[in-house]
Amino acid sequence: MRFERREHRSVALVIATPVLAVLCALALAGILIAIAGAPVMEAYWRILVGAFGSRLSATETLTRASPLILTGLAAAVAFRARLWNIGGEGQFYLGAISVAAASSQLLAGLPSAVQIPLLLAVGAAAGIVLLLVPLWLRLSFSVDEVVTTLLLNFVALLFVSMLIDGVLKDPMAFGWPQSQPVADDAVLPKLLARSRLHIGLGIGFVLAVAVHLVQSRTVFGMQSRAAGLNPAGAVFAGVPLGRTLVKVACISGGLAGLAGAIEVMGVQGYVTTDLSPGYGYSGIVVAMLANLNPLGVVLAALFTAVMFVGADGMSRSMGIPTYIADVTVSLSLISMLVGVFFTQYRIRR
Amino acid sequence: MINAALDICGISKLFGNNLANDDISLSLGKGEIVALLGENGAGKTTLMNILFGHYVPDSGKVLIEGRELPPGKPRAAIRAGIGMVHQHFSLAPNLTVLENVMAGTESLWRLRSGTDAARQKLQGICSRFGLTVDPHARLGDLSVGEQQRVEILKALYNDARILVLDEPTAVLTNLESERLFSTLKYMAREGLSLIFISHKLDEVMAAADRIVVLRGGRKVAERLASKTNKAELAELMVGRKVARPVREPSTPREVVLEVAGVSVIIDGVERLKSIDFTLRAGEVLGIIGVSGNGQTTLAHLLSGTVSRDKGVVVLFGEPIGDLSVEGAVLAGIGRVPEDRNNEGAIGEMAIWENAILERLPRFSRHGLVDRSAGQAFARMIIDAFDVRGGKPTTRTRLLSGGNMQKLILGRNLIERPRILIAAQPARGLDEGAVAAVHERLLQARREGTAVLLISEDLDEVMALADRIQAIVNGRLSPPVSAQEADATKLGLMMAGEWNEEHEISDAL
Repeated sequence: MRFERREHRSVALVIATPVLAVLCALALAGILIAIAGAPVMEAYWRILVGAFGSRLSATETLTRASPLILTGLAAAVAFRARLWNIGGEGQFYLGAISVAAASSQLLAGLPSAVQIPLLLAVGAAAGIVLLLVPLWLRLSFSVDEVVTTLLLNFVALLFVSMLIDGVLKDPMAFGWPQSQPVADDAVLPKLLARSRLHIGLGIGFVLAVAVHLVQSRTVFGMQSRAAGLNPAGAVFAGVPLGRTLVKVACISGGLAGLAGAIEVMGVQGYVTTDLSPGYGYSGIVVAMLANLNPLGVVLAALFTAVMFVGADGMSRSMGIPTYIADVTVSLSLISMLVGVFFTQYRIRR
Repeated sequence: MINAALDICGISKLFGNNLANDDISLSLGKGEIVALLGENGAGKTTLMNILFGHYVPDSGKVLIEGRELPPGKPRAAIRAGIGMVHQHFSLAPNLTVLENVMAGTESLWRLRSGTDAARQKLQGICSRFGLTVDPHARLGDLSVGEQQRVEILKALYNDARILVLDEPTAVLTNLESERLFSTLKYMAREGLSLIFISHKLDEVMAAADRIVVLRGGRKVAERLASKTNKAELAELMVGRKVARPVREPSTPREVVLEVAGVSVIIDGVERLKSIDFTLRAGEVLGIIGVSGNGQTTLAHLLSGTVSRDKGVVVLFGEPIGDLSVEGAVLAGIGRVPEDRNNEGAIGEMAIWENAILERLPRFSRHGLVDRSAGQAFARMIIDAFDVRGGKPTTRTRLLSGGNMQKLILGRNLIERPRILIAAQPARGLDEGAVAAVHERLLQARREGTAVLLISEDLDEVMALADRIQAIVNGRLSPPVSAQEADATKLGLMMAGEWNEEHEISDAL
């Protein structure tokens, strides 16, 4: 038995792969649910009910999906150009804390229409800065960015932790380590009244389409794809490798920083060190699940959000640990990686 | 046939609608070297995969020393004494030679590894076959030729009596190839039987006792090396007469490129040492040399991907600074890189994308790629340069080597460049494709393009070039005209035998 590269990848196969991967993951997770002593189909039904069963749960799922779309796009854009940005989590936090600082210290008092776009830009800029450092190290000294972006996540989180226990600490928070809140003028408008769903979801949709168009239609998109697929070939064809990667890093870091910004401005209102339940890392899973396709990222983010929100509901009603959501999402990633392999290779004997 | 080491009897194998092997029989005597000659897709690899048990044949059988080999069982093939030396080595660069050779020979459950015994056995094999390698050297530190020797040793360590070498010279320099051939002959005298897969005529003539020619999955001929010649083999292999074109006389015109005293230092190593040459419109200047002597740097310098540290470059009469890729393309310099797969094309991108990637400014407006113009451009190249096997939207990786080279030549020549830098343009191509590439280069020359042909193939340079310079260790010899050049003289030049004071000729 051996593996052979497929000559043609059919569209149907590419679309079927993530669907099959998700089904595979659900089937495998079902084994665990059964071991936990619960009826499997009932548990999955509860997940769906938990995610979509009421107005509240449906809006919560979409609220949860909003930052995931952005961090997923951040990873997808970078990975396309073989820039291994594992630092989405750190960029998320730096974006969030910058927004809190700017809103409470610098921009307070500006009207919403001015302040909100400015703050979103501040959040994106913070994410960009945090990704440009590892990129500079890679371009100048060939330092592996997998290591540097990953480790900077911890640096960023500790930095945030220092600020919210120090200069940015909210004096009204009864001593809890949390940042000063963003001004009321800076809170993102809601998409639906009496819910937490904010316009961040719309921003995610728009940016997913925008990234898709940039990648498929523009000179920059073509050059960044070339740089990712074959750096030597790209250089020979005159693609400015460094400059292209800097642009890619700006998009990727900016998207992750933006995710932090909308989460602060749309949901929590202030920064704590548990602002993100791993949005940066889940973004990587989302991107892989979408096979790095920006439009697919939206669907993959929704799936991930459904699993996380739905598993909470299932856990409450059936007494199964919520970790089942983590397990299912992780299994879907593994299944997807296996599935992607088989879209590229076939078994031959 | 009592003393045949290997008999392949009537093997057929069908893949889909494609008959990859059609009733092929051949036998290999003990101590004999048989070459399997054929173009890409002739069925050589399929046949060897059947021999190794990777594929099950639809009909036919394999006999080793008269005993039938069970089909589809690689382990049985190895136990029967068949060893394979792959074109791409299956070795670990971070292990030592000894560890590489031993890998896979010991059970995972054994607590101690029999290193001493293994080293003794390896040294025994080394001295018996005259293969010298330090068993404790790290594989990654060895040259490609030495690594190949390790790959051979590994097969011999597994007690191979029949050795199959798949395109063994594809990665070797000429000198290393010659050394390999003498090793193979020595091994044959020691009683090993060898199958040598190749599509290069020179090599099979030099190395083999007997030559089996495959074409389109069928055995078309079998010849003793002593009773055939290259022309006959070429015709058998391709199925029709192929004649590589030869340049007709012409008068070169104005000088388009002058390079004087140019040096290039990369990572502290002086790759080009004060080289001089001039290039005229309507001529081919051949730069001959064993690869690794600075050719790559020279090609990169003129392609705009490497900048010089010293010297003057005069392009179309004007001294210029460092060339950028974009500058080179805009100035009308066509560029054919020596590494087709790595530099020449991005395999996972479509043909049309590869066609326009180096001239994106022309195929875009306001930063948006003009797809339809790009695809039309690709279609033009496909039609004009007879690129087979793909539409503009096909991924480039799916093209054969020859067709990929036609695409690369096409995207340069369709623009009628004033200069063409062609680095090893026919390397690794089969006979038919070589002739096509040569014809294109000569056509460009007729149309007034100045062609710089960088090559290590003597025949190629002598057939195409008007003037020839040798490159040795970063230095460039003075030019000799093609009329005065013969193999001996060029051989001396490639060995660095020229006198700086008294030029070899006054061709200029």
